[in-house]
Amino acid sequence: MSVTTLPPTDQIWEWLSQVPDPEIPVISLTDLGIIRDVEWQGDTLVVTVTPTYSGCPATSVINLDIEAALRAHGIQKLDLKRQLSPAWTTDWITPEGREKLRAYGIAPPVDGTAADGVLAGRVSRLMGNNLTIQCPRCGSTHTQKVSQFGSTPCKASYRCADCLEPFDYFKCI
Amino acid sequence: MPSLPDMTTPNLTALAGQALTESGHVAVPAPDAGQPEFVEFLQRMGDNALILGHRVSEWCGHSPALEEDIALANQALDLIGQCQLWLGLAAEVEGKGRDADALAYLRDAGAFRNLLLVELPNGDFGVTLMRQFLFDAFHIEMLRALKTSSDSRVADIAAKAEKEVAYHLERSADLVIRLGDGTDESRARMQAALTKLWSYTGEMFVDDAVDQAMADAGIAPLPSSLQPAWDKTVAAVLEEATLTAPTGAWQHKGGKKGIHTEHLGYILAEMQFLQRAYPGARW
Repeated sequence: MSVTTLPPTDQIWEWLSQVPDPEIPVISLTDLGIIRDVEWQGDTLVVTVTPTYSGCPATSVINLDIEAALRAHGIQKLDLKRQLSPAWTTDWITPEGREKLRAYGIAPPVDGTAADGVLAGRVSRLMGNNLTIQCPRCGSTHTQKVSQFGSTPCKASYRCADCLEPFDYFKCI
Repeated sequence: MPSLPDMTTPNLTALAGQALTESGHVAVPAPDAGQPEFVEFLQRMGDNALILGHRVSEWCGHSPALEEDIALANQALDLIGQCQLWLGLAAEVEGKGRDADALAYLRDAGAFRNLLLVELPNGDFGVTLMRQFLFDAFHIEMLRALKTSSDSRVADIAAKAEKEVAYHLERSADLVIRLGDGTDESRARMQAALTKLWSYTGEMFVDDAVDQAMADAGIAPLPSSLQPAWDKTVAAVLEEATLTAPTGAWQHKGGKKGIHTEHLGYILAEMQFLQRAYPGARW
């Protein structure tokens, strides 16, 4: 097989952008920002993936989904690499990904993490403010945090005081 | 040219097996294989996360409120994820062909290196939260220091774990304050928990030969160097919680060397049962 038949990496990125996150299927792996690199090493495709949370149970499913998707597109030699550093941050969720989250009913992360990794919420609280999280259903900013932990490691539980609906907030990390 | 495999129908069973192998550290001896102190240190980090993670997971389905149940389960998950990273690296450095699972499931109590604090029974919700707070306040300082480790693998794991543990500490500190400065009942329980657990905190800051070797190599800080920051965090939270730490309490130790309370064996009996009864079982 000649090297020229290998699909370009732009094409690989495009294919990966079609692979949904297994737990939040409205966003793709590229929206989530966990694909760190795609490159050909000889005739082997090396895809570098970073985990969201250390113990996220979706990690092994994500690897399986990437492999299944790329095999379905005819990729034969595939090497999935795990890269821990720099650690994944919600800052890497794309603007499109944030909109998809909101439309799905999950409030997207507010602000970002500071360069030293300090969480936006904590910085804001130290300055005497609470982060304002907008209800993804009715748009009200009159919302309350129920718990810093939610239905998956990446989310917190909130409640809207206007429309009274509970909702998930994709917390900053 | 040999015939190509069917490229449109992935063999999911084979892929699943491959993903399982690839999700853990592959047992390839590292160039630094055979550094017993380094392995020992990595086991301490991994075992603290594993045993506390297992303890916290025992609340799953039993917590006083749904939100607490979810929060505890999520923290258990974080800790067990971190444990996989630490023990995976321990196995790699050890270079004896073991992996994180072998270290978690096939060692006996005497080979575990966790602090005694994290193996203590959950007790009531107050004991669970106080134990979590006392450990989180130590854990975050250790991870912060490890971010500048001379070993980049250690620094990478620490940077990842620190972000998660920041949330753990925020929650445990908030709840210690809320329940300490709460009703008579909640305050009494939090004070009882603090008094009970205090004599297990000293072990966190005792330096031994392993710690000294790690500090000399620039891999990890001396545990004693973390105490001033821990003292400061704990004092501030306890003051706001209207709780008083005991003074001059006898301090238990031994976990870092494998001398454990009777509680660890019971944890392992449950945690290791499947791999002991059905060696090599996977699903």
